[in-house]
Amino acid sequence: MNCPPTPPRNSLCIVSQWNMTNPDPSDIYFDSFRDPDRVCRLAACIRRELAGPITLMEVCGTHTMSVHRFGLRDLLPTELKLLSGPGCPVCVTPNNYYEQVRLLAQNRDVVLCSFGDLLRVPGRDGSLEDLRVNGADVRVVYSPAQALEFALMDPLKKFVFLGIGFETTAPLTAAVIESAQNECCGNFFVLSGHKIMPPPMRALVESGEVAIDGFLCPGHVSVITGDAPYRFLAEEKGKPCVIAGFEPVDVLQGLLMLIRQRNERRSAVEIQYTRAVRPEGNPKARELMQRVFCESDDDWRGLGRIPLSGLRIREEYVAYNAAQLIPPVEIPPEDLSGCICHKILRGIALPNECALFGEICVPDRPRGACMASQEGTCSIYYRYGR
Amino acid sequence: MCLAVPMKVTQIVGPNCTAEMSGITARVRLDLVPDVRVGDYVIVHAGYAIQRLDEQEALETLSLLDELSAHAAEE
Ligand code: SF4
Repeated sequence: MNCPPTPPRNSLCIVSQWNMTNPDPSDIYFDSFRDPDRVCRLAACIRRELAGPITLMEVCGTHTMSVHRFGLRDLLPTELKLLSGPGCPVCVTPNNYYEQVRLLAQNRDVVLCSFGDLLRVPGRDGSLEDLRVNGADVRVVYSPAQALEFALMDPLKKFVFLGIGFETTAPLTAAVIESAQNECCGNFFVLSGHKIMPPPMRALVESGEVAIDGFLCPGHVSVITGDAPYRFLAEEKGKPCVIAGFEPVDVLQGLLMLIRQRNERRSAVEIQYTRAVRPEGNPKARELMQRVFCESDDDWRGLGRIPLSGLRIREEYVAYNAAQLIPPVEIPPEDLSGCICHKILRGIALPNECALFGEICVPDRPRGACMASQEGTCSIYYRYGR
Repeated sequence: MCLAVPMKVTQIVGPNCTAEMSGITARVRLDLVPDVRVGDYVIVHAGYAIQRLDEQEALETLSLLDELSAHAAEE
């Protein structure tokens, strides 16, 4: 985004004029938070107020995406280092999950229902897309509710929804499991790979592998969780945290708020994305999530096993757990040879340090999860040419 | 994948609503945000509304940041 010379204006007036002449709030939600004038003024504030080198982590893949897609990196001083965190669900899902999916697909009664992003993740014997080419019934769904609709229409087959995602997505899966129960649907299952965000953030800080001065916390995870789960980072670990939205104005304001916390030598959890994130989150969604899932130790690509970081389907809902359809075999979660996703996800390497990046590994023929997922750091670097 | 977008609720039928954004219409479940009314804006993720958007908060965020960054315009 190029900055045009900014005419000085009294911006408070602009907001009130907006309000009067544009009663449709869609202008507020879409245009105001992409306004180039505001973007430039915020970037100027960041350049002026940054008092020395700082390393901030944007935990969420969608933030990484905004930074690159809107060209924000070019507006920021080089002393501000941005690291991508472990917030791309497809990327952090370990190989043993995808191996379980492959075992499920061997059962010809099974129909796999998956978000599109998972399809190209390479496993030991190929991807979900390869399975589909070889005759497995793999359907791309945009919603877990759609997977349940398929199941209700075709009771002779077993439909398995591949439940991947953090607190943003897990309540949806919980809701669909409850709907399945209400509909007495006996042929709908979930393979839960759901995970929660705070434990890997703790693991990153406690490992001490990278020095992180503050966190841009994930906006849509926080819509559900509220600000409480990050308090230990601010209060125990002294790390400033800001929950930010995903438009360019949101991201820059979030970064500026982090810089100001550091300048003022404080660490707190602040919410920039107040139009969507309430401090208490969405209690109804959390309650549903807790009713259906319980926390359990889980494997993360790059970060290994993290205590109480995964969501397992509770015993009460075991009838909907797809794990019962898979023979119990131990599959190691380790990475494929040559791919350094495990380092990228910890913030200790960048995609261009991978020998395969852009030569052998490209979005159409990914060799690792960080290239296969739209929100993976490798795929974002490849597409936006960094 | 945590992608979620603001959409305007145009019709409510039981646990579902119709919502639209820039000419795109979608069927959206309301299980997680029960107190929604027609005309509200909600954030939609994978076919479910996950929160109602607060217009007043949006305006406050904008006016606060305009105030805070006003001096940058004179640079
Ligand atoms: S470029 Fe490909 S192989 Fe290399 S780390 Fe990224 S995903 Fe893995």
